[in-house]
Amino acid sequence: MPDAKTTSIVGANVARKEGRDKVTGAARYIDDLTLPGMLFGATVRSAIQRGKIKQITFPHSIEWSEFTIVTAKDIPGKNCIALILDDQPCLADGAVNHAEEPILLLAHENRQQLTKAVAAIQIAYDALPALNTIEESESQRELIWGENNAFKTFLVEKGDVDSVWPVASHIVEAEYRTGAQEQLYIETNGIIAVANPQDGVTIWGSLQCPYYVHKAMMKLFALPEDKVRVVQTETGGAFGGKEEYPSMLAGHAALLALKSGRPVKMVYDRAEDMAATTKRHPSRTRLRTAVDANGKILGGEIEFVIDGGAYATLSSVVLSRGTIHAGGPYNWPSIRIRSRAMATNVPPHGAFRGFGAPQSLFALERHMDRLAQVVGISPTEIRRRNFLQPGQTTTTQQAVPGEINLPLLLDRALNLSGYEAKQIAAAAQNNDPLTTKRKALGIAAFLHGAGFTGSGERYLDSVAGVEALPDGAVRILVSSTEFGQGTNTVLCQIAAETLSLPYDRVSIAQPDTTAVPNSGPTVASRTIMVVGKLVHSACVGLLQTLRATQSLPAPATPEQFQSACAAHVSQHGNLKSYARYQAPKDVFWDDEKYRGEAYATYAWAVYVAEVTVDLLTFSATVDNFVAVQEVGKVLHPILAEGQIIGGVAQGIGFALYEKVLWQHGRMRNNQMTNYIMPTSADLPPIHVHFEEFGNPHGAYGAKGLGELPMDGPAPAILNAISAATGHEFNSIPLLPEDLFAALNPTPENPPPSAQLECPLPVGAPQ
Amino acid sequence: MTAADTPAPKQKISLEVNGEPRTVSAHPMARLLDVLRLDLQLTGTKEGCGEGECGSCSVLIDGVLVNSCLVPVLQAAGTKILTIEGLSSSAGQLHPVQQAFLDCGGAQCGICTPGMILAAVHLLAKNPSPDLAAIREGLSGNLCRCTGYMQIFQSVSQAAKRLTSP
Repeated sequence: MPDAKTTSIVGANVARKEGRDKVTGAARYIDDLTLPGMLFGATVRSAIQRGKIKQITFPHSIEWSEFTIVTAKDIPGKNCIALILDDQPCLADGAVNHAEEPILLLAHENRQQLTKAVAAIQIAYDALPALNTIEESESQRELIWGENNAFKTFLVEKGDVDSVWPVASHIVEAEYRTGAQEQLYIETNGIIAVANPQDGVTIWGSLQCPYYVHKAMMKLFALPEDKVRVVQTETGGAFGGKEEYPSMLAGHAALLALKSGRPVKMVYDRAEDMAATTKRHPSRTRLRTAVDANGKILGGEIEFVIDGGAYATLSSVVLSRGTIHAGGPYNWPSIRIRSRAMATNVPPHGAFRGFGAPQSLFALERHMDRLAQVVGISPTEIRRRNFLQPGQTTTTQQAVPGEINLPLLLDRALNLSGYEAKQIAAAAQNNDPLTTKRKALGIAAFLHGAGFTGSGERYLDSVAGVEALPDGAVRILVSSTEFGQGTNTVLCQIAAETLSLPYDRVSIAQPDTTAVPNSGPTVASRTIMVVGKLVHSACVGLLQTLRATQSLPAPATPEQFQSACAAHVSQHGNLKSYARYQAPKDVFWDDEKYRGEAYATYAWAVYVAEVTVDLLTFSATVDNFVAVQEVGKVLHPILAEGQIIGGVAQGIGFALYEKVLWQHGRMRNNQMTNYIMPTSADLPPIHVHFEEFGNPHGAYGAKGLGELPMDGPAPAILNAISAATGHEFNSIPLLPEDLFAALNPTPENPPPSAQLECPLPVGAPQ
Repeated sequence: MTAADTPAPKQKISLEVNGEPRTVSAHPMARLLDVLRLDLQLTGTKEGCGEGECGSCSVLIDGVLVNSCLVPVLQAAGTKILTIEGLSSSAGQLHPVQQAFLDCGGAQCGICTPGMILAAVHLLAKNPSPDLAAIREGLSGNLCRCTGYMQIFQSVSQAAKRLTSP
């Protein structure tokens, strides 16, 4: 620490920086902004899943001369959304690969005219057969991507798993599935673009990653860095859903702006947002596990597969995180994890809080309960006997640091939930032959890696800055964005603490690529841990400069700091300090073998769900929820608790409410009326408790925490439902109709689990 | 939405918004939401779904909580409308509900916040000391994807205490 003095801003519940504007309605979101002469844009999308575009007809009923019309031919640069593989076109050019794929763009000053025009355009196709599921893609009956329909595969190996099967007391094998999930931010995707040949492209929008959009616009318009400007406006929720998609929408709005010569606004309505933008990857996980007579894991094989949709987009990195988290917080003496992301003809799936980990951890944590059952011990005991301990290694052979104490988290969660007493009461109730309500508690233990995977942070090479003004106020310069999580507030806390300044003397610049350095995307639970540390370093650099040039004492009062800033700025013009990411020395990663320090640090958690299953209505209700986690130093207790509760709520939705209904590759329930998220009347009390084990890599000991709470609720709830009903539920979402079908099987209506009779590739069942 | 092909001619419609008399020239079937946002530049009222599910566009009409995306402006003629912009004092003093949302973490991304706060104001007008069940019920027409609602419940309880204790 630069100064011994502690102002206790870190750890305090200071006011959210942009909070006042949000509670007064003064905050300006993209749809609240208007530019002079602005047109509105609209998208003409594919009605089919896969095929060639034969002909596009513009009927005479519309006065087309009033419209700006953009096709792929109008793209000045490369027709792609630059991200990882550049395989996704910005506009379909002759062929389509998924329903809702954008084909044409229209702009007009009147929104009603646009709606009519979009509906009037007729497109004739030569349809080709489409692939809708992981299994259809694996069958390769059509080749729709690369040589084998696989965007990416990984293999993680540790120890000699082939030697464990003959010596195992039990071998347990099962398959688990998770469905697509819509992010359902309440503010839909929206962009305003201005573009002309002289000045290039300017984008304002609701987005998470200004420099992702910046990179995409450079390629789409063949422009140099300084001719693209991207500004984030107040963003009404994102959850990953505004990580990669805004590059597509920005491209569309900017193409219309370039052709029309006028500003263009595109804000999706809810139906278009739900139908056309990304969702959480559906998954299928198969586990085969060998345990000894006491329930100790000897080894196992995991096959983890996700449905990536029609283009590669972020699927490889979602797969990576899901693969690395597939072994959970347990000691695997040997393991082999094979994973792949498969192509299908549905809109590309994408980033959503948790990023692959909720999928593979759902499977693992359901499987742990199965292991317990087979061995004949309790769900708590099977976990206790297999928890990672200091000195042991994860599946990628990363050493577990000394301060990690998972039994402590488990005991805390059991105590806070009143687990034992409630289990006894539930058993008594369930044994009553007249009861129509069965109760049970379910547990999930898990971990979540903070920051980019493996070498990711090194490639990002992030930079953060701070600028001191002559009046001694300080402004943080980062591309990290606020979309509800508290980026603005907590980064300002870190800077104020480091500079020994009052919190209200520190502000944060609006993310604008012409004004802030690239501190990386706002994703992967990395902002407070990684960028927060850079802000800290930049502040230390600022103090060092002032000590050298202005003899600033250490520690200094805010008044001394102000006069030093004023003197420095008058002598040198400005005072800025930047810090660049430096990989911790003990972080090593082998990208070939997928081995090493997968993440600089992990957050750890044990969650307990208390559930009632109503045997008359077949509804499952979460009555109480306890979330115990270790996320390093908690820098803002209210915001941290808010992140955990919000994530748990989304996890409950993932488990029990949110079902995307697909028909011919399109989301049919693309409305809030029939895609149901939890309301204030649906959620149980959610109790949050933090432990602190510490983290040397993060600012003031913080770790990432935003995604963690998404991982645990679904398996904890399904474990409880399975215990309550005596039926193994291995798929989510689990809605009342699914419970009904499973508990009342008929030949016409078989239980969902019986429908999954795929041969297991990793060996025959025991 | 109005019938797009032959929209009815615009009419002069008078209403009181946040204590001020306003007259707009609008199609009678125009959504109150659009009149507030586009004609009166009161952009604090948000559109989340456009079909009355999410409550982001909540405003009070003569003290009654409505989804302004479902209200034709003609129906609001002659009424008194309260939007989020009318809640704090002209001197900038926050309403106790706004202050409580700020203090208790009731606002995260902020997009549902104006509607949620108006729903809370409406609830507290009917029931100054709501218990948790009444708060859950009173806010159940307003969706929030960020908070999981618990800190919103705390905000409303806190505001109720401040409003009822002298």
